[in-house]
Amino acid sequence: MSVGLVIVAHSGRLAEGVVELAAQMAPEVRVVAAGGLPDGATGTDFEMVSAALSDADSGSGAVLLYDLGSAQMTAELAVESLGDPSSAIVAEAPLVEGAVAAAVAAQGGSGLEAVARAATDAVSAESTGAEQASEATGAEQSSAHPVGADEEATGTAEVREELVLTNEIGLHARPAALLTRTLTGLEATVTVSLGDTEADASSVLGVMGLGARKGDRIVLRATGRDARQAVQRIVDLAARGFDE
Amino acid sequence: MPCTTQDVIAALCAGAKTITEHRDELVRLDRSIGDADHGENMDRGFRAVVAQLDSAPPETPAAALKLVGTTLISSVGGASGPLYGTAFLRAASALGETAELDGSVLVGALQAGMEGVEARGKAVTGDKTMIDALSPAVEAAKASAESGAGAATVLAAAADAAHTGAETTESLVARKGRASYLGERSAGHVDPGARSTALLLAAFAEAGEAGGAAGAAR
Repeated sequence: MSVGLVIVAHSGRLAEGVVELAAQMAPEVRVVAAGGLPDGATGTDFEMVSAALSDADSGSGAVLLYDLGSAQMTAELAVESLGDPSSAIVAEAPLVEGAVAAAVAAQGGSGLEAVARAATDAVSAESTGAEQASEATGAEQSSAHPVGADEEATGTAEVREELVLTNEIGLHARPAALLTRTLTGLEATVTVSLGDTEADASSVLGVMGLGARKGDRIVLRATGRDARQAVQRIVDLAARGFDE
Repeated sequence: MPCTTQDVIAALCAGAKTITEHRDELVRLDRSIGDADHGENMDRGFRAVVAQLDSAPPETPAAALKLVGTTLISSVGGASGPLYGTAFLRAASALGETAELDGSVLVGALQAGMEGVEARGKAVTGDKTMIDALSPAVEAAKASAESGAGAATVLAAAADAAHTGAETTESLVARKGRASYLGERSAGHVDPGARSTALLLAAFAEAGEAGGAAGAAR
């Protein structure tokens, strides 16, 4: 069972809209809306959030995302009131991008903390890419590979591949989510570029934001231990027309 | 003069009454810098509190405060629900099984409540929030208890300091909540949350004095 998500928002329609979007990217993840007050007014309701939380958690825990300040407080209270407060995490993340990133991570089988982190890290694709790049550099400097640390093993070598999109809708929502998901579990920093625009492959909205269409040529660049495998997976996925 | 469960319940009912009486004032304050619902939300919450206290009278001071906390969380809506709810729940935890509150026990409860609000709202003194009323109230209560005062006197000291603290929020620029979106324009208005905190403590203190007088007459 995958980690579930709860979308806490001041408006019911806002929460449901985010659920709708996240469900498109991660059809098997339980994403539950907890928006507005029971009478339809704007606000957040503790009982509703608590109920959504138990609904979303099917055994692997749940991550809560919120829209504004008091929704955060309600979400935190709901977690604190659980029999086991460690079974849920309130993620401080941008609501839409965070929910999508978390849903994709959950769909890929990530654990509770990894799903929460996917949400937290879901800032704009560009800055995420930069952060990951610098983190990777830091890791290389600090990790002392004793022997046989060739370039590829330390991830200093960049794997680069170009491909032309042949599927009908290009890198729209579902294919973008598939692309991001296919990298789950790999140790690689991957970017996708179209022309001068580059996106972090771990950010679904970043990849979607490229607006790559059928016939467009995209460039994949990957570093890290599994760089080659990461690129190969995307190439395979594209060759299958993103399973359309 | 220690403060019994009955005194605590009487104080909570007095708090509810004062919130109803000042409902429109709190709405007015919140209209200036917020979304104009603080008075209505608090009134709804405390009416629910009174209904709960009537239907299932708690047997210890902690049980009474816990009931207030959970009721406010479920019925207030908006940020003041989780904030006041947390304050009462933490105060309840601090009381434990204590049957009668003296001055120092009361200080412990007030302090725990304030720390709960700080943790939940991530606000500090000067942010133009209820902390600006709560924090001086806790300090004054401490000083009063250290000089050996009883529960009623400690509460009165807390209420006075909360009132002054709430007044000082008028000149502050909000750094938390909806009011912070107004930036400099939030100055010139008393914070509604600080005001409701001061009103509640004043009502509790008055009830404490009345309880003390009744006790002395007994």
